[in-house]
Amino acid sequence: MTPVLSTTCILCPNGCEVTLHRDEKGYSVTGNRCKKGIAFAVDEHEAPKRMVTSTVKTVYKNQPRLSVKTASPIPKGQVMAVMDAINKVTVDRSLDRGAVVIEDVCGLGVDVVATGRIWAAL
Amino acid sequence: MYDVVVVGGGPAGMSAAMAAYEKGSRVLLIERENHLGGILKQCIHDGFGLLRYGEMLTGPEYALMDMEALEKTGIDVKRATFVTDVGRGEDFELTLVNGEESIVKVATRAIILANGCRERTAKQIFINGTRPAGVYTAGTAQYLVNMDGYLPCKRCVILGSGDIGLIMARRLTLEGAEVVGVYEAKDSPSGLRRNVVQCLEDYNIPLHLSRTVTRVYGRSRVEAVEVMAVDEAMTPIEGTEEVVACDGVILSVGLIPENELAETLGAAMDGHTKGPLVNQDLMTSVPGVFSCGNALHVNDLVDYVSESGQIAGSSAAAYAANRKNAKHQPETAWTKVHYDEKDFLYVLPQRIRYGEEQSIDFYVRVRSERKNATLAVDVDGSEIQKKKYRQLSPPEMEKISLKKVGIHKAIQFRLEGGDRG
Repeated sequence: MTPVLSTTCILCPNGCEVTLHRDEKGYSVTGNRCKKGIAFAVDEHEAPKRMVTSTVKTVYKNQPRLSVKTASPIPKGQVMAVMDAINKVTVDRSLDRGAVVIEDVCGLGVDVVATGRIWAAL
Repeated sequence: MYDVVVVGGGPAGMSAAMAAYEKGSRVLLIERENHLGGILKQCIHDGFGLLRYGEMLTGPEYALMDMEALEKTGIDVKRATFVTDVGRGEDFELTLVNGEESIVKVATRAIILANGCRERTAKQIFINGTRPAGVYTAGTAQYLVNMDGYLPCKRCVILGSGDIGLIMARRLTLEGAEVVGVYEAKDSPSGLRRNVVQCLEDYNIPLHLSRTVTRVYGRSRVEAVEVMAVDEAMTPIEGTEEVVACDGVILSVGLIPENELAETLGAAMDGHTKGPLVNQDLMTSVPGVFSCGNALHVNDLVDYVSESGQIAGSSAAAYAANRKNAKHQPETAWTKVHYDEKDFLYVLPQRIRYGEEQSIDFYVRVRSERKNATLAVDVDGSEIQKKKYRQLSPPEMEKISLKKVGIHKAIQFRLEGGDRG
């Protein structure tokens, strides 16, 4: 078995040091304390993904920003492209948490959703 | 007359108010900001709620879960309201100030202090130099970016590798600022490993350990800082001065529980946690005054903050009910929780009421990095549980649960074996 990648899993505060190994049979992972660490280590090697959390502008003087997130992780290399798309949005209506703010951001098949609610009024 | 008044409407206060309400108390929740949620409102990153909800929520989402539950109850809420004084008589009387009611007095049988913590500032960590614009604590920078939509600097230096500093390194980078580096006086990062990876390594932001900022240059605006290497005692080493050009300095150098009200009430304080001394009910040395959340001690996980709110809320409700029914509060002897200060920064709660069948959650921070050490608990002279830990470090608080243990004489926490980091 050859170790292919060693990193800290970022999926939860435990931060396990996971190592991805490869042999003829395929991949195996050591160091993880739960199943999610296995998928993380493989993804991190083949197609690293990250959640993007940020804010969008609103028209409301009393609430200038609304917090948003990608509904699920997107390819790590696309983080700044997703940020550019987020920075083009201005929210001008009342929204609750979970509302879709950008549908299918950057064609990645992932929505950007509100994580807060608009409480301000014009 | 209220049964329970909760001061602070963040996650600790909201959980405390809900728990007291569910036990039948008449509850008032007081919050100084315009909205509930506390610091979670500006913590737009994820990582919250894994233990409580089984998913990684953002701060605002975690807060909204509590707010939505609270909105369905009969809990009175006063927002944009500040507690200026509290008096102790037969019960308690709080003096409140807000725009609508001006000054108003509220009587209550029990008080829960859930008012969170403050950030340490430059003055408290002795940075010398001028006072130009552009020096912010990480929380202030976070508020400016996430709530107001301002970029506080274009090229900054971050002092301190605690989680808030690491999170802001990423946040500022995502919004187009250049983070020149994170400087940490200790020889290991203060924040979680996952944040070092996802906030610094992901963005190639250098982490300089055993380095600190010693001077700030600039007249009306920050123009540069001087950084120096430090030794194990964190004393700057002569000859290692280096000037780094920047227009902002972000300070992430520690949090201190906010305890003016606790001190006004005369609650005994713990020099280690910087919060009040409490027993397993989270009652302070002042009968009827309870403490929870970051006002009690600085937490890492909001899930534990919510749990502490629940305990304080239930305990305060029971206390208030006893007072209302003119029943005496249960008289009971208690003991101090013992631990060696060489091994532990603190153990909380610090005092334990004697009794049978006690299920208590303790929160512990070790003094320094230890690998493969064993943490043991002795009750009444006998070891009742122990656990080996691959790694224990000060920034990562551990929860130790005792289930149904009778405590009649003494309780002690011990750390044995293992190698120091």
